[in-house]
Amino acid sequence: MSQYVLRRLLIAIPSLLGISAVLFFVLALAPGDPFSELATNPNVPPEVQAALRARFGLDDPIYLRYLHWLSAMVHGDWGFSFVSRMNVDTLILQRLPATLYVIGSAQILALLIAIPVGVYAATKPYSLFDQVANTLAFVGFSLPTFFTGILFILIFSVTLDWLPFVYTTDIKATGIHYVLEMIRQAIMPVAVLGLFQAASMTRFVRSAMLDVIRLDYVTTARAKGLGQAKVIVKHVMRNAMIPVVTLIALQMPAVFGGAIVTEQIFRIPGIGSLLISSILSNDTPVVMAVTFVFACLVVLFNLIADVLYGWLDPRISLR
Amino acid sequence: MLDKELRSMIGDVKDGRMDRRAFIQRLAAVGLTAPMANQILAIGGVAMAQSPSPYPPTKRGGGGPLKLLWWQGPTLLNPHFATGTKDQDGSRVFYEPLASWDVDGNLNPILAAEIPSTANGGLAADGKSVIWKIKPGVKWHDGKPLTADDFVFTFTYASDPATAAVSISTYADMTVEKVDDLTIRILFKNPTPFWANAFVGAYGCVIPKHLFGDYIGSKSREAPTNLAPVGTGPYKFVEFKPGDLVRGALNPDYHMPNRPYFDTIDMKGGGDAVSAARAVIQTGEFDFAWNMQVEDDVLLRLEKGGKGKTVYAVGGDIEFIAINFTDPNTEVDGERSSMKTKHPIFSDPNVRKALALLVDRESVKKAIYGRAGRTTANYLNGPEKFVSKNTSWEFNIEKASKMLDDAGWKVGADGIREKDGKKFKLLYQTSTNGPRQKTQAIVKQACQKAGIDVELKSVVASVFFSSDVANNDTYPKFYADIEMFQIPMTQPDPALHMRRYISANVATKENKWQGPNYPRYVNKDYDAAIAAAETEIDLVKRAALYIKCNDLLWQDTVFIPVMHRLTVDACANTLKPVISGWANRTDNIQDWYREA
Repeated sequence: MSQYVLRRLLIAIPSLLGISAVLFFVLALAPGDPFSELATNPNVPPEVQAALRARFGLDDPIYLRYLHWLSAMVHGDWGFSFVSRMNVDTLILQRLPATLYVIGSAQILALLIAIPVGVYAATKPYSLFDQVANTLAFVGFSLPTFFTGILFILIFSVTLDWLPFVYTTDIKATGIHYVLEMIRQAIMPVAVLGLFQAASMTRFVRSAMLDVIRLDYVTTARAKGLGQAKVIVKHVMRNAMIPVVTLIALQMPAVFGGAIVTEQIFRIPGIGSLLISSILSNDTPVVMAVTFVFACLVVLFNLIADVLYGWLDPRISLR
Repeated sequence: MLDKELRSMIGDVKDGRMDRRAFIQRLAAVGLTAPMANQILAIGGVAMAQSPSPYPPTKRGGGGPLKLLWWQGPTLLNPHFATGTKDQDGSRVFYEPLASWDVDGNLNPILAAEIPSTANGGLAADGKSVIWKIKPGVKWHDGKPLTADDFVFTFTYASDPATAAVSISTYADMTVEKVDDLTIRILFKNPTPFWANAFVGAYGCVIPKHLFGDYIGSKSREAPTNLAPVGTGPYKFVEFKPGDLVRGALNPDYHMPNRPYFDTIDMKGGGDAVSAARAVIQTGEFDFAWNMQVEDDVLLRLEKGGKGKTVYAVGGDIEFIAINFTDPNTEVDGERSSMKTKHPIFSDPNVRKALALLVDRESVKKAIYGRAGRTTANYLNGPEKFVSKNTSWEFNIEKASKMLDDAGWKVGADGIREKDGKKFKLLYQTSTNGPRQKTQAIVKQACQKAGIDVELKSVVASVFFSSDVANNDTYPKFYADIEMFQIPMTQPDPALHMRRYISANVATKENKWQGPNYPRYVNKDYDAAIAAAETEIDLVKRAALYIKCNDLLWQDTVFIPVMHRLTVDACANTLKPVISGWANRTDNIQDWYREA
């Protein structure tokens, strides 16, 4: 097992290097520059722009800039944002809590809906419950979050005036009021994202369950006289969860990466909105850092998923 | 403007025979902006009007929180690094200049004890120096006193090219020296008619020497105070998350009586303009939202709810179509739109005039800008009543067609005009932006009726407005026949605004297209007028020169002004903001209050 993990880790290093190089070169070759706003400002002479470019090393050849970035990264220096002139890691750490809280809650909500609904629907395929769940799931993942987000805002904020639609990082309250307020402002974004995720996940859980539920060993278990609940939970679910674990593990990077659209709509200061504003202002170091972290997470969770397979099905790690 | 007449008018104002307003209106008739008219009066020895303060609260604080929504949140809080107004707005909550421009374009003292004038000895007769007196007793947020040293330091800091401050050109041609602890003298290299530039407005904010002193030049980025400002402003710094939140709390030692009104100030960033308008106007979650770049219909619909409204301020921002004087389709020495070429169609001035007749400003206003725009024929625009009367615009397809007929452009079999076998085809580019694409469509329709084939092109803003030499779609390269965008007028003086179009500033391959004269307009009279205006200490003559420049741009149809744009903000019904079109949104934040 440990050898298997080690082998997987070693493979991850060149892939990360490759990813970082591709990201860096694509970003460097992309049009636009971080000082475009200065270019239309008659107060800023071209010399200042030139000085800034030189200071930030934008005039060096691309490969030199990449090597410079790589060595700094290895030393734990993430560079600094051209736009805020602030360290990138500080910037990301500032944004991380909101992302984890909102997107994480949405994922949990999605799981809490998807697993019971999917499992129950699979035990009674084509029943009324299954059909309703299926229809809702189809509706759910056909509606994009920017649509449901605005719909929720119009219903719950504008018409009913129940919930705020601007997410505030610093609520001026303490104790229980703080907690309540944090929950209140997260209801809409979490619901929008969670329901969207739950919809596709329900379909996935249902089909994974259906695949297993018809296998011979399940029939055997039933024939032995085991109760329905025991058969489903102990025998079917454990095996059906292997593909579901993959799906969840591969979605974990998204929890850290944020949901760009939802964050924009509700003004959640998360990683997603940081990424989009950095892209718009050509703030290359931030874009580079966020996308690279994202890539690392994808690699990491792939690894975790592989290890989990090994645990769920020991045959996998032996090969 | 007749020199003598103006002088006698100034005399009249001085002696009280004419009131200020009448004077400004008279100057308006010849196209002068209110701030310029006020500067003329100041130079003429009439003290600047101090607009009576409309601020009624009788005690400091007690106003609760002030919640502002900036859909692009401030990303840094050092006014001398500010990229764009969002950063200036955020910095200005904490830092202050000597004075700011009020709604009418008058100078309003902030840290200054008084506005310099010839009467109080602040302005030198030769225009080469200004003496500013600093208000006594002002303290930095950390309790240290504000002195002349801080101003001298701010000057040194900003003018050092290694600091890479965006305010560098404000402080370039001057030296600042300390007279005593509360007096500074600014010495200009040349006579400087627009003396109220340094230490005024966004780039004029003074920063504390005792905190920035060690971080000048190449170390400027490392200053901890960059992210946690310590200023003299009405609110003290509490918290900053770039792009997301700027938070301040009432400064109990603020130097103006009874101010500020609000106990805390929050500036939330992110999102888009429409939902920002909704949060203020419809749900009332926020008190004020900045820069409503939203179609007027949408705002009108939101306003029916009634918790908020839109507010407007008149500045000098102009949306225009620029005409290319060179040929974008012929390459000479590896360069398109080269100065060695002439535009095959636009070299005839009558064709340019005909094109100007095809831009229906009224429809653009009706369909797109609504209350946020005013039609105009001028490149240089002041408040509405101060717009030049020398110029005029009209929309007339028939007249344009006739002019084109006369110029030899006959309608061909396919309905498109041609001359000597060449078709009248134009490439019309602008940045990707809803209102701009709609304007393009309106102009294209009129052109089609007049037999002109227009190809529309839109370029994503981050490319169009960049200085990227490798990209052919930037506005200074101008590889199109006409192009449209807006240049904001950042200060109430036309010098920087108008200087762009002198011949020496033509954008070419040699200067890596950094020259701001992208229409490649060359006119000796224009150059001479600008040169004369820049050394002209007599503000009366100088003003006349800038009017001449505006009129030259109009006569030669270098630009087709489309819309004089107003600033639009959303504001709660109870909030009373003070917003000047000549300054940043937060420039008078100390005077904001809420009506009970």
